[in-house]
Amino acid sequence: MKPKEIIARRVARELRAGNVVNLGIGIPTLVANYLPENMDVELHSENGFIGLGPVPQEGHEDADVINAGGQHVTINTGGAFFDSAMSFAIIRGGHLDITVLGALEVDEQGNLANWMVPGKLVPGMGGAMDLTVGARKVIVAMEHNAKNGSAKILKKCRLPLTARKEVDLIITEKAVIEVTEEGLVLKEVAPGFTVEDVRNATEAELIVSSELKEMAV
Amino acid sequence: MGKLTTIDWVLNRVHDETVLMIGGFLGVGTPDSLIDGIVKKGVKNLTIIANDTCYPGMGIGKLVVNKQVKKLIVSHIGTNSETGRQMTAGEIEVELAPQGTLAERIRAGGAGLGGVLTPTGLGTVVAEGKKTIIANGKEFLLELPLRAQVALIKAYKADTRGNLLFRSSSRNFNPLMAAAADYVVAEVEHFVPEGDISPNEVMTPGIFVDNIILQEVYDNAVEVGKGGA
Repeated sequence: MKPKEIIARRVARELRAGNVVNLGIGIPTLVANYLPENMDVELHSENGFIGLGPVPQEGHEDADVINAGGQHVTINTGGAFFDSAMSFAIIRGGHLDITVLGALEVDEQGNLANWMVPGKLVPGMGGAMDLTVGARKVIVAMEHNAKNGSAKILKKCRLPLTARKEVDLIITEKAVIEVTEEGLVLKEVAPGFTVEDVRNATEAELIVSSELKEMAV
Repeated sequence: MGKLTTIDWVLNRVHDETVLMIGGFLGVGTPDSLIDGIVKKGVKNLTIIANDTCYPGMGIGKLVVNKQVKKLIVSHIGTNSETGRQMTAGEIEVELAPQGTLAERIRAGGAGLGGVLTPTGLGTVVAEGKKTIIANGKEFLLELPLRAQVALIKAYKADTRGNLLFRSSSRNFNPLMAAAADYVVAEVEHFVPEGDISPNEVMTPGIFVDNIILQEVYDNAVEVGKGGA
């Protein structure tokens, strides 16, 4: 299984029936593919609707129905469209149960950096700052290390922050890590890896949970 | 015909240095015919308030590529490499605002509010130079309202009074901008007599809309059908 699939499958296990969920661009988008069949999760699209459905068949696209990444998508029966102020009232007002976002860096305090690399990449924050601050639960879904192998789970973020102390859970292809007042708690390690492997791939201090489990995907 | 007019008439209000709001999210819900008119007119040094700058050859992206923009207030520029290039080269000023903050600043501008208190952006570069306020024991950032001289929005349907109905995810920033500018024009796909849109279905009341123009071009990247509103 590819790392991205492992991550998306594990994130899907965090979602519960009735949850209102926003999936970010990239790995988070894949989570929708692994939801249990018939599980009633309301997917929110920040450009203005709830009830985000699958990508349409070729030739059946609707020009006015896109997701926040600009891809043609569908809306499920029972969904609803609204304007951008209401979309972010849902996000900020405590009506969004879970947001799943990618990250460039995340740290021991639950700080998140995912919107710019000074001098290199400045795409803008889009809805990421509101989503991170507003969602009841913030899940970071990302590959454990950067392409060059460097750590992304750090003692302290070095890039400009998206939000401070908002991340609740970090899910990678190697581990599931919970952000707590005491620090980062290693809760699950993926099959094929040891606690030492995860530690070696992580800059931040990890507290090994007394109930450490093998990561289920 | 009430508020129906021509693109040329509307463009009499768009000059060098005009502050514009333009609706849309990655081109969906963007008034493409009005943008083409601005490209043709060639006015410069525009300030544009919008969600994003779309793609290089599409929607608001055309105005950036044609170097007609002095300043942008947007939440995202990642889909238009030319915006990033002009920003890095110092040819264009870009103020990045969190998307929800941008929406509320526009709403505040149209609603007569003095600002918005939001937790979004606290502890980040967005908070630099801004006031923080403690209300009910919680910390918030004070974000100031936005208004424009001209708002160019896109709706699916308008009646002679300017009542608007939006379709699907093309609604986005359009209803907010309709209230936040001195002169508001809606580009629409369908223009119908008064009474054809039920008062129950009106999404933006006609009192906000000064003029209507009929859509002539449609820029969406994929030529696709519409399944009815």
